[in-house]
Formats: sequence, C-alpha cells, structure tokens
Amino acid sequence: MADAVLFEFLHTEMVAELWTPDPDPGSGGQKTCPSVLESMGFRVGQALGESISLGPSLPCPALPSPALPSRLPRDTPAFREELDVLKFLCKDLWVAVFQKQMDGLRTNHQGTYVLQDNSFPLLVPMASGLQYLEEAPKFLAFTCGLLCGALHTLGFQSLVTASVAALPACKFQVVIQKP
Amino acid sequence: MSRPAYRRPEYQKINKDLFVLTYGALVAQLCKDYEKDEDVNKYLDKMGYGIGTRLIEDFLARSCVRRCHSYSEVTDIIAQVAFKMYLGITPSVTCNNASRNEFSLILDKNPLVDFVEELPAGRSSLCYCNLLCGVIRGALEMVHLSADVSFLQDRLKGDKVTEIGITFLKKLDEKKYRRKK
Repeated sequence: MADAVLFEFLHTEMVAELWTPDPDPGSGGQKTCPSVLESMGFRVGQALGESISLGPSLPCPALPSPALPSRLPRDTPAFREELDVLKFLCKDLWVAVFQKQMDGLRTNHQGTYVLQDNSFPLLVPMASGLQYLEEAPKFLAFTCGLLCGALHTLGFQSLVTASVAALPACKFQVVIQKP
Repeated sequence: MSRPAYRRPEYQKINKDLFVLTYGALVAQLCKDYEKDEDVNKYLDKMGYGIGTRLIEDFLARSCVRRCHSYSEVTDIIAQVAFKMYLGITPSVTCNNASRNEFSLILDKNPLVDFVEELPAGRSSLCYCNLLCGVIRGALEMVHLSADVSFLQDRLKGDKVTEIGITFLKKLDEKKYRRKK
C-alpha cells in the first residue's frame, strides 16, 4: 500500500515548485485569496472529509471540475455542534492523514479554535527548533487548505491560518465564518 | 520507535487516497498553469525526477535489495519491490530488445488513476501519470544508471494497457561497483 512517505515526498516537491509568496504581505489580518497550495489542499480536504465521515470512499473527480457541493446536510446529528466537528478533525482526520492525533485544541467558544500539533509530521524531517523558521509556513499552506476543505464538506465556512514558533510544533487557527 | 496503533484499515485507505487525491489536485493545477499538454507532461516529469532522487534513499533503506548485475535485475526490482512497496501493485516486465537494455512495465492496475475516468476534453496528449517516469528516472540516476523513461501506452488515452518503457542508456560501470565494495 502507498506509504505515508509518498505523500510527504510529493508535498515537499509541491512546496518547492508551487509555493508563491503572499503578494500583499502587509495585509495583516484577512487574507484576500488562497495560495495555490491552499487551493489544492482545499480540494483534497473536501474529498477526504467525505471519505472519513461517510465511511466508504466516494469517487471524486481529480481533474478540473466545478467546486463540489457539500453532500452532508447541515443538521447531520453527529455534527450539529461546531466543537464536535473540530474534535473530529483533531482526532479522526488527523489520524487518517498524519497517523497521530492533534495534541491540543483550544477555543474561545465564539467560533475561533486553535489546534496545536507538537510534532507536525511535515515539519519533523526539516529541523528541530528555530532553524528554517522562515520556510516553515510554506509547509503548512497545503494543510491549512486541507482543514478548510474538510470543514467545508462538513458544512462550515472557515478561515484557516497556521503559525510556527519552533519546529516541529505548529498551531492552526480556525475561525468559523458565520453565514 | 513504537508505531502508534492507528492502523485501522479505513485509515490506511484514507492515507492512500490522500496521495492519489493530492496527485490529482497537482495535475489539475498544472493544467490550469500550462496550456500545452507537453508542458504539463514535462513539469510532471521534472517534479517526479526531484522526488525520485530522494525516494531512492528511502527505498534502499526499507528494501535491503542486493546489488544488481544486469538491467533486467534492476527492472525486476523496480516492478516487484518498488512498485509493490509504494503503490501496492506489481507490473509485469518484458524485455523489448536483444541487447537487453529496453524494458517495459505493464501496469494492470494503476492506483494513481483510481478517481480518473477519462482525460478532460482538450487534453488528449496529457500523460496523467508522468510523475512516475520522472521518479524512476531520478531514482536510477542516483544509483548511477542513466535511463529514458516514458509512457508507451496509456489506458487513459484509449490504449489496451498502460505501459512504461525504460531504456537504459549507459553500461553499468563494473569498475565503479568493485570500488564501492
């Protein structure tokens, strides 16, 4: 079976070839448009969100196609609570994708969540500590999109950003957008 | 290092899906960026090359293969060990010429196209899995073997089978090998 390592190698190559710096670094809070890597992560997250929550893998066109509508009804009982969804991401999605659970989840109970991973697998091979701190965000863009896409499938619009204080620990900040 | 007990079968499948879906998103992105199929193919090959040059170390560490003494052995290992290890499939190998430096890998199944039914309109020359050619080429180069690798047939293009052709370009340098021992 395809090892997790294949995804890691592909991801590293994608970062090397496709990452583009934020055109407006002074924009501060809101990001205007997702980067290429985030968009790709979003597509993948959408598909994975379905697979994991519904069980059997659903075919998902991998080539250019219109955005997939959310297939799960908003009032699916298991996910009525935002917090349930975030817990699902921290446990089931993270385990399925990275073979480990998220290490911490905090919230202000007003739609903002901080997901903490103390040894994020895509950062672990790079360094430990402050080396490559500047490069680290490139390796988080795809995963931010992945979280955003999975949330979208589960019925939530969100803004996901990531920050790194010291490798390989990182935090993903998820802000659920109210309709 | 103990392995976490997260080996539920559905999670393993998700893991495989992750790679296949990510690859699909990559091809979709490249199709947006490049109008010509040849450019997308070249880019996939280039990225594959970069991956191959690093994947070979992972492969050698995991597989403990013996040193090969012929191109035929090398091709067998690619098909029976490497493809099996990373993609869970075992292509069959045929030798295409008398001088035994041209081989074909016939892929009966190809997990990379699990979610792809057909090439999109206007993309009839797209080699969807061209990353694989680059991976093989890059990996071989790291073990001092130079080869041309390309898709000779592709089911996505309407051919009966999917066939990857490997043509080894230089003779294995026996002297180099002995020195390494």
